[in-house]
Order: sequence, then C-alpha cells, then structure tokens
Amino acid sequence: MDMLIGYSLYGISLLTVGGIYAILALGLNIQWGYAGLFNVGIAGFAAIGAYTFALMTTAPSGYHFGGLDLPLPLAIACAMLLSGMVAFLIGIVCIRLRSDYLAISTIGIAEIIKLVLKNETELTNGPRGINKIPRVWEHLTEERFYTKAPMSWFSDAQGWDYFFDKLPIWWWQPFFCLTILLIVFIIYKLLEKAQQSPWGRMMTAIRENENAAHAAGKDVTRRRIEAFVIGAMVMGLAGAILSQHLRLIDPTNTFDPSKMTFLVWVMLIAGGSGNNRGAIFGAFLVWVIWSASEIFINSGLHIFGEMISNVDISLLKTRAGYLRMMIIGLLLQYILQKYPDGIMPESRPVQTGEKLKKGRV
Amino acid sequence: MWETFGFEFVNFYLIPGLVLGCIYALGAIGITLTFSILRFANFAHGEVMMIGAYFTWTAMILSNDLFGVPLHPLVAAAPAVILAIGLFILVDRYFYKPFRSASTIRVVMASFGMMLIIRSFVQAVWGPNQLTFVPGIAKPNEMVKNLTASIDMMILVPNKHFWIIAGTLIIMLALSWLLTKTKIGKGMRAVSDSPELAKVSGIDVEIIVKATWFVGGFCAVAAGVFLAMDLQMLETTMGFRMLLPMFAAAILGGIGRPFGAVIGGLVIGLAEELSVYPWFGNGSLISPGYKTGVAFTIMVIMLVIRPSGLFKGRLF
Repeated sequence: MDMLIGYSLYGISLLTVGGIYAILALGLNIQWGYAGLFNVGIAGFAAIGAYTFALMTTAPSGYHFGGLDLPLPLAIACAMLLSGMVAFLIGIVCIRLRSDYLAISTIGIAEIIKLVLKNETELTNGPRGINKIPRVWEHLTEERFYTKAPMSWFSDAQGWDYFFDKLPIWWWQPFFCLTILLIVFIIYKLLEKAQQSPWGRMMTAIRENENAAHAAGKDVTRRRIEAFVIGAMVMGLAGAILSQHLRLIDPTNTFDPSKMTFLVWVMLIAGGSGNNRGAIFGAFLVWVIWSASEIFINSGLHIFGEMISNVDISLLKTRAGYLRMMIIGLLLQYILQKYPDGIMPESRPVQTGEKLKKGRV
Repeated sequence: MWETFGFEFVNFYLIPGLVLGCIYALGAIGITLTFSILRFANFAHGEVMMIGAYFTWTAMILSNDLFGVPLHPLVAAAPAVILAIGLFILVDRYFYKPFRSASTIRVVMASFGMMLIIRSFVQAVWGPNQLTFVPGIAKPNEMVKNLTASIDMMILVPNKHFWIIAGTLIIMLALSWLLTKTKIGKGMRAVSDSPELAKVSGIDVEIIVKATWFVGGFCAVAAGVFLAMDLQMLETTMGFRMLLPMFAAAILGGIGRPFGAVIGGLVIGLAEELSVYPWFGNGSLISPGYKTGVAFTIMVIMLVIRPSGLFKGRLF
C-alpha cells in the first residue's frame, strides 16, 4: 500500500511539474507559435513571476522583504502583471527590429533580472534565495492563513488543526496537481479561442507575411507587442506556480537561464509550435523523458557501482547529468531538421467549406 | 596628483578595462562576421571561446605530463585553434547548413541548441568545477614598474596583460590585411554587403563561409585563451558570460563592421570597468554587482537610438 502511494505520488509530481512546463510552453506558443517572436528569456520572465509571488505572500522575515500576507490569487495576478510590464518594455524597444535582436535582448534581460535578484539583497535575500513560499492548498495548514478570513469563518484554530492532523501528510498533492491541470486547461481553452478569433488569424498573417499584413492595414508592431506581453504574462503565472511547487527559490540554480529556457523550447518544438495541444503534449512528454531518464541513469550507475567496487559513482552521476543535457540538445537539433513541424503540426482553423455552406461566415 | 588620482585610476580601472575590451573585441569580430555573412546571431560563439580555452589547458597539461615541457598558453593555443576551427566548420556543416535557405530564425535556434550542447559536452568531459589555468599570483612587470616609478608615474602591469594587448594588436593588423588586401577577405566583405551580388559576380559563397568560420574561430580561441590568462582559471560559464558583451560590442560597432566591433569591444570593456570608478564622491558610480549590466544597457540604448551602430553597419 505504501509503495502504491509512493508510485502515485511520483506520478502526481510528474503531472505537477509537467503542468507547470505546459503553462510555460503555452506562453511560448503565443510568442513563437502565434507571432513568430523568438524569446530566449523564458527563465527571466518566470523568475519575475516567482519572485513577485514569493515576496508578496511569504511571512515577515529578517532576510528579505515580506509580510504583506496578500491572498495568493492576488499575488499571482501581480506576478503576471509585472512580468507583462517587463515584456512590454522590451517589446517597444526590440520588436520593430529583426528577430535576432529580440533573441539577444531577451537573453540579456534574463541576465539582468538575475543580476537584480542577486544584488538587491535587502529585497530578495540575494543568492541565498527565498524559503517557505506558501503553496496553494497546503498553505491552509499554516497558522497565519487559517486565522484570517475567510478561513477563520469555518472553524477555530484548534478545530482546523485537528481536521488537518487527521489527513495524511500528502493530502494537498493531488489538489495542487489538479489545480495546475485546471489552469493548463483554462489557458488552453482561452488560447484556442484566441487563435480562431480575428486576432489569432491576424497574428498568423503577420507571422507568415509581415509585409502583406502591413499592406492590409494591420498594425504589425502593436499586435506583436500584444502577443509578446500576453506570452510573458503566462510565463509569469507559470513562475508563480513553480515557486509554490519548489517552496525555495534562488536566482542562480532555480532559474538557470539556459536549462529552463532550453527545455521549454525543446518541448514546444517537439510538440509542434503553433499548436496548443502540441505544446501541452510536448511539455509532458519531454518532462517525463527528462525526469525518467535521470532515474534510469542513476539506477544504472548504481548497478555499475555495485559491479565494479572501486569506482566513485557520484562523479559519474554529475557527469551523466550533463551528458543527458547534451543528448536533449542533439534531440532538438534532430527534430528541428527532420520534423520542423513537431509531433502535432499546426492546424489552421476551418475557414471555408462547411462553414460557408451553412452560411455561418 | 598622480598618487591621489592617476595611480588608482590607471592601474585598477583603465588598464583592466582595456584588457577586457581587447577580449570583447576579439570575440565580437567573429560575431559580427557571422551575423553579416551568414545572417544570423550565433549564440554558440561564446561556447567556442570557452572550449578553445579548455583545449589549450589540455594541451598544456598533456605537454607537461607526457614530455615534461611546460608550454606557454599562447603556444598551447595553436592546436586549440585548429580544433576550434574544425568544430566550427563541423557544426556549420551538420547543424547550420541545412537551414541556409530556410528562415534565419531556425539557424538562431540551432545555434542556441549548439550553445547548450557544447557547454554540456565540456561539463561532461572536464567537469563543472573551476580549473586553474595558470597558477600563482601575476606580479607586475618589474621593468615597467621601475621605469615609470622613476618619473613618478608608477604603472603596474602584469606580463599577462602585455601579452593580451600585444596579441590583440597583432591579430587586428593581420585581420585588416586579410580583409583589405587578399582576395578571400574582399570576398568576405562583398558577401557581407550583398550575398546575391557576390554570387553573380562569381564568388564562391561556400568558401567565403568557411573562411568566416576560420577567422571567427581563430579570434574566438584567442579571446578565450586571453580571458583564461586574465582570470587565470577556467569555468564552463565563461563563454556565456562573454556572450552578451560581445553582442553589445558587435551592435555598438555596427553589424558587419569588424573594426567597429573592435571599437565597440573596447568601449564596452572600458565602460564596464570605469562604471565602478568613484567618479563622484567616495562610492563607486554603480554597485560592482551591476557591472555586467553595463553592456546590456549600452546595447539597449543603441537599439533605441541607432540600431545600425556607430559605424553604420547593416540593419536586418
């Protein structure tokens, strides 16, 4: 029974992190899939979201700014807003230039964000990071939350304590996972709606042929900035959720600009850029491969270490981690060359044919 | 006068800035050439710098261990240059060439992937920890110290800085000869200005592309080795840290202008070091932690006011 719970908890955590990556991939899909904007600063936008959320919800602390005790949804909204504002600033500078410049600028802004998070030690506790970030559902057991309205309406502190003591320690995990999957679903529905709306079709037109869209009277720069900002907001949301999942964030390791950004790119390209379902599928697929390969490699090395006793496998373990990264990189190159459309190629919404016959257009 | 202002300014800010500027300049040459001739921003450039320095380190270790001959880094850089150029040409053949007729952003994506692949490779082979490149403390050159002290303007320059500045100057002169006097250099400039026109006038673009990787790889390894000499150690992230200042230098000088890139590199290097000089009052002008943000700030300002750069480079 315990083993069964253990396996299902592993499955749940796979789904949880996969869901967070799916949100990131959906955000990137708005920028790259819809509008053709090359953003390599995903980790930066996620970091803004994560830190905004963390600083607004953590308990007062001697190490960093905190103690605002904002409701979690409000903090998430702030995280999205701030992320979008930074994207807007980059957008007005770089979007009128060719995509290479946007790529350089986004990688730059990710570095600058990291720099600020590292140096403003008064605000963010610098490289040591922020700890004890409240997590949705699990935070209900924290005293400072259940003494506040609306939680305090239901029961007094003792009753509340008693209630949670009865539950197994992992009770919040399925709820947290389901919440994330629900968010993925809502974003997916909204994006599908956006893609089929005139706005989405205009985005495709701009991506496919900028000059023609411009000649048709579309405000190309403005639409692109819109897509860039919306994408960044979704990434900020993912960052806020990621900080809840991790509970401890720091600027260097959590938001390793290359690794995090890179994985999301692999997910989108493998799944199929321009296709929201592809983005979600790619995120889960790559995450499962990434996560499972770690377990397989490590247990393989363990067996290897058992067979040959005088080998220090801890060294091999770290090296194997980098090798895995390299293989994922080669996988991206392979997909880029052989299957540029990904597993689920972009499908255009039905415009003519049946709809015309029914007279609905 | 010298004691109160000049000594500190020249020795601790100006000369390090110049040295850093030389390293940025060498890296930016490769970036600006690939950007203008192959028409994409090569994100893997910094990593080639880094792997070049690692190759050099390996050559030094091998020669010391196998033959008992300690090599100077600049000598050990010779095989590293060949390996790095080979790497550039292989990467181009297998990862960039398939996209040559496709939209350029695909190549940028491929180069971004390449960046990760090369770095992970180095981390897997040499390990993620820092390695000592040249042990010991770099002492200032005695001759220059005594000579300048005799006229009350003591300048403390370690030998490594002389090597870096002199090496950069020599490479610069060689490059200017290559670009203005030789057929292949003229071809490179022609392709940079207009690939179609260059093609119809009988220039073999593929050879020009190879030459670009050759020049870019040479300068990249030189920059990587100089950087390792300056820091006296190797890190797997050193290439990535150089990437943004090098892009900034290339954009500042104007894309497709190698000498603009040199000026841009020097400006960025000096600006980074001088930005922490206490210009007003006692504290440094900006907090030293934000030093690496200077390059990005300059780049953003250039993109806003003059995206074609100081020397009227190409704008895509």
